[in-house]
Amino acid sequence: MNLRPILAAALSACLTSALSAPAFAEPDPANWEAVLAEAKGQTVYWNAWGGSTQINDYIAWVGDTLRERHDVRLVHVKLEDTATAVATVVAEKAAGRETGGSIDLIWINGENFASLKRQSLLFSPGWATSLPNWAFVDVENKPTITTDFTIPTEGLESPWGMAKLVFFHDSARTQTASMPKSAAELLQWAAANPGRFSYPQPPDFVGSSFLKQVLAETVTDPSVLQQPVESVDFAAVTAPLFAYLDQLHPHLWRQAKAFPKDYPSMSQLLADGELEITFAFNPAEASNQIAGGLLPDTIRSFTFPGGTLSNTHFVAIPFNANAKAGALVVADFLLSPEAQARKQDPGVWGDPTVLAMDKLNEADRAAFDALDLGIATLAPAELGPALAEPHPSWMTMLETEWAKRYGVAN
Amino acid sequence: MLRFAPTFAIAILCLPLLAGTAGTLLPAFGYLPAIGGDRLTLAPFAALLAEPGLFRSALTALATGLVSTFLSVAIVALFVCGWYGTRTFATLQHLVAPLLAVPHAAAAFALAFMIAPSGFVARLLSPWATGWDRPPDLLIVNDAMGLALVAGLVVKEVPFLLLVTLAAIPQSPVMAALPLVRSLGHGRTLGLLLAVWPGLYRQIRLAVFAVIAYATSNVDMAVILGPTLPPTLPVRLVGWMNDADLSRRFVACAGALVQIGVTAVALLLWIILERLTAAIGSAIADRGLRGQRERAVRFASGVAMALAATVVFGGLALLALWSVAGLWSFPDAWPQSLTIRTWEKSLPSVAAPLANTLSIAGLSTVLSVIIVLACLQRENETGRTGGNRALLLVYLPLLVPQIGFLFGLQLLLVSGGWDASLGALVLVHMVFVLPYVFLSLTAPWRAFDRRYEAIAIGLGASPSRVFWAIRLPMMLRAVLVATAVGFAVSVGQYLPTLLVGAGRFPTITTEAVALGAGGNRRVIGVYAFLQLALPFLAFAVASAVPALLFRNRRAIQAA
Amino acid sequence: MGQDGIGGAGLQPLVLDHVSITLAGRQLLSVDATIAPGAVLSVMGPSGSGKSTLLAFAGGFLDHVFCATGRVWNGATDLTALPPQERHAGLLFQDPLLFPHMSVGGNLLFALSPSVKGKAQRRAQAQAALAEVGLDGFVDRDPATLSGGQKARVALARVMLSKPRFLLLDEPFSKLDAALRQQVRDLVFANAKRLGVPVLLVTHDRADAEAAGGDIITIGDEAP
Repeated sequence: MNLRPILAAALSACLTSALSAPAFAEPDPANWEAVLAEAKGQTVYWNAWGGSTQINDYIAWVGDTLRERHDVRLVHVKLEDTATAVATVVAEKAAGRETGGSIDLIWINGENFASLKRQSLLFSPGWATSLPNWAFVDVENKPTITTDFTIPTEGLESPWGMAKLVFFHDSARTQTASMPKSAAELLQWAAANPGRFSYPQPPDFVGSSFLKQVLAETVTDPSVLQQPVESVDFAAVTAPLFAYLDQLHPHLWRQAKAFPKDYPSMSQLLADGELEITFAFNPAEASNQIAGGLLPDTIRSFTFPGGTLSNTHFVAIPFNANAKAGALVVADFLLSPEAQARKQDPGVWGDPTVLAMDKLNEADRAAFDALDLGIATLAPAELGPALAEPHPSWMTMLETEWAKRYGVAN
Repeated sequence: MLRFAPTFAIAILCLPLLAGTAGTLLPAFGYLPAIGGDRLTLAPFAALLAEPGLFRSALTALATGLVSTFLSVAIVALFVCGWYGTRTFATLQHLVAPLLAVPHAAAAFALAFMIAPSGFVARLLSPWATGWDRPPDLLIVNDAMGLALVAGLVVKEVPFLLLVTLAAIPQSPVMAALPLVRSLGHGRTLGLLLAVWPGLYRQIRLAVFAVIAYATSNVDMAVILGPTLPPTLPVRLVGWMNDADLSRRFVACAGALVQIGVTAVALLLWIILERLTAAIGSAIADRGLRGQRERAVRFASGVAMALAATVVFGGLALLALWSVAGLWSFPDAWPQSLTIRTWEKSLPSVAAPLANTLSIAGLSTVLSVIIVLACLQRENETGRTGGNRALLLVYLPLLVPQIGFLFGLQLLLVSGGWDASLGALVLVHMVFVLPYVFLSLTAPWRAFDRRYEAIAIGLGASPSRVFWAIRLPMMLRAVLVATAVGFAVSVGQYLPTLLVGAGRFPTITTEAVALGAGGNRRVIGVYAFLQLALPFLAFAVASAVPALLFRNRRAIQAA
Repeated sequence: MGQDGIGGAGLQPLVLDHVSITLAGRQLLSVDATIAPGAVLSVMGPSGSGKSTLLAFAGGFLDHVFCATGRVWNGATDLTALPPQERHAGLLFQDPLLFPHMSVGGNLLFALSPSVKGKAQRRAQAQAALAEVGLDGFVDRDPATLSGGQKARVALARVMLSKPRFLLLDEPFSKLDAALRQQVRDLVFANAKRLGVPVLLVTHDRADAEAAGGDIITIGDEAP
């Protein structure tokens, strides 16, 4: 009814195109020299989960390197939950802040990506696949790079690292052979070893992933998980999962009256000997912690032979980002063999690369080969099959249902 | 210029408060056009009530707040009445006073590291006394009843209330009453409790109310020590405010109003409790009870006081040790190796938060001190103090739950595009810094011997010369102490920094809280150490500068 | 009259012109008197009688709770119309009140008119003022290290150095022991007489009033 906003928008669009078109033009990654030139002197606000010091340190290194090489200033806005960044972008859209947004880059995947994509709040499709370093990305053998939790990425986000759910235990106290090989065995193990297992409290990302892992193992028809949760009978599909949790909880650490905050907290509990089995979304997590002196070198990894969840994590640029050129430069640098190899070093972070070794030149490949993946890291062949992530809507529903059932302890 | 200082100060204290409360009120009833709420509705409250465990969250906030305040007031009352004027009192007072400068989050970490199943107490006793070679599976920190949170609040509130009480003692004849009480055959603790404490309490009442407001609505301590299934109401509110689903902000604002209600109920219950205590007190006095077998009570209050200091400073020392520890497994009481690795790795990422902390704290404190000095100087000229109403205004930001108006303030700042700016942050910090600077500077300022000024004026000095050459240098120590107090308050601010800074201005405190109690103890050690070091540095400067400046002036050193 | 010194020093009488001070409707005092240059007017009264308010009124720093009528003249100058710092009222209290953050010399330099230029010149005047009260070489001392009598003499030197138009003395000798008291009292009155400064003395001690040798007014006799 009210035409004023539309008129105003039309008018400003005319003015924009007529008067200052070059100034408002979006950076085009195909013209990389122009991107680098525009990025010079920009400050990039990167909103990324800040709960792990190793990752924070790695991001700090990225910032130092970019400032030196491209005069791009990187500010790590440390989030407790990536959802906060999504909320900010949505709020800015609602408030009409079409340019000069407060976020330039988001570490993202799954539900948060799906949400921003659904609302068209991301920088133009295809930017990711036009980055110079995209040429090295292992599109062929890593399907999760182009399909994020069943959602096609369409070049709206640039891959950063690979994740796979891996479990850890201390071989000084428990035998690797005695470790559970499935969610069902984990339940038996927990019953036999009360108080020695737990998972981060959902909606923590890793905690919610544990719910999805159990769901994937207990569901009768895994294909329903690929559909949006609204189109299936959620209660029926998840009944085995919640039956499982009902059985598991009395045997958990603190009898499930409290949960660890996140996976770094679980590592601390493993180090203290409170927990016997922990897990993370990074196969090299244990090696990384050993290298950091946080865990003893007797920690070993294991996975379920039937497969564990795996996915890719990305970086995305909001539609109204203030320093898009700078954000592109950051995203491209994150994809460089140099940055990827450093990231995969367990002494730094240990996060697996998204690059294809056969696409790299010899020197870069040698850098990867030279990495000591660490005593507690499984070889790629030992990691077991990859389970596909369910449609992102499952995560939200699972978290809500979990809070309803277990969010108020008795 | 000076004429406008009081008005300006009141504006700084009240405008954000009023605007913020209004900004919370409207969204609570569904009105916030920026995110699609364009009509008034009760839907946010309906959604709020549908939250699982909402009542329990509100109840734990109320109960932990009230119980911790009651314990703190009781400990301080018994301690002051039982020990005032003794050597033990002086010793413990000096031990406890620095606790005031410890930010809440750091104190919470310190406590958690002491009492957790894998904490230092368990390590000291294991395995020889407990038989534990692994930490017992006991829910101590984050317990459902909130006992750990109560303990944390008590160790922070006791020093605050003790110092407020000590400031009130000169106006109350404690020492004079003692022989009188004794001569009537009373034990000293009960005698003083009946004869002197009611008068003292009247003077510290506003401070007690401020403690209740903080204890029922705090986020930083509750995140670290409080229950998690479900968390206390304030903690959940912050979660909703930051939810990806924007409609949750309506729920958060509705919840903030409920939180104001919770705090109001707590205050109401407290007032009832005051009446009850007074009635019991006079009943005891009427029956002529003498309370001569009171050694246990007196002893307990001293132990509680000593424990508060030991736990926090011991815990902080442990945190510092963790920050240089290599592998340190249970039940060892000492790390297997020491290394500066954590510091080396942390320092680069500490630089930015440190710079933010220093600039925000520095600016907000200096501005607050200037405003307070201007107000006091104006009071000096007009001879009007503003009385109790002014004091209430000063206390106002401390009596309203932070969450109640910070949500609204954040929404207002976002819609104005002023969020995440240094200016907005400094302003919001001033809302909390200014009251403390005012409270700590007023008493010494008013106690100044004004004949010095009369003499200086008689010697031909203008009022401004008298201020700069006489008043300020002579009050330098008090001004610097007030500055250090303000600085410490700013350093410890968590929620305002988090909400208004929008993550762009991480400070040592927001980083420390984000790391959480379960996180990497070594890194927490680094942050807690810095959190502690900053205010202590400020206090050290406050005592070193006058000592250096006036090193040849004995009288002012003793002052 | 003559000798119009810098800072308006001396030789003009101090006139208390129908001065009356009340507190909450109760009259504390009512004075109408003229003090000639070099003369002393003593106002006597018990403590609490409000006699110090007369000094405060003349000096220009009477607390707002008091209500005062009448005028104070320095010759033809209406002091009550001037801001306190332009009245040049030399004040001495029962405590010497030396500024504790300054050296003895600093205290004196603070009192010295800014019209005296040049660091050396100013310092020389300060030293001379000290010498006059028998404290030669005390310039760099910390006031806290002086004896009671020495402090009193520095306070006197300080006030005289400011070239006051009149002196207001509020029980200035009451904290000194008997021997010292005599000595300091004589020094103060001698200086006042020598420089021709009118002196208004407020005391509860008849000996002080008599030693001053001037008129004596007694107030507050009928105080409740």
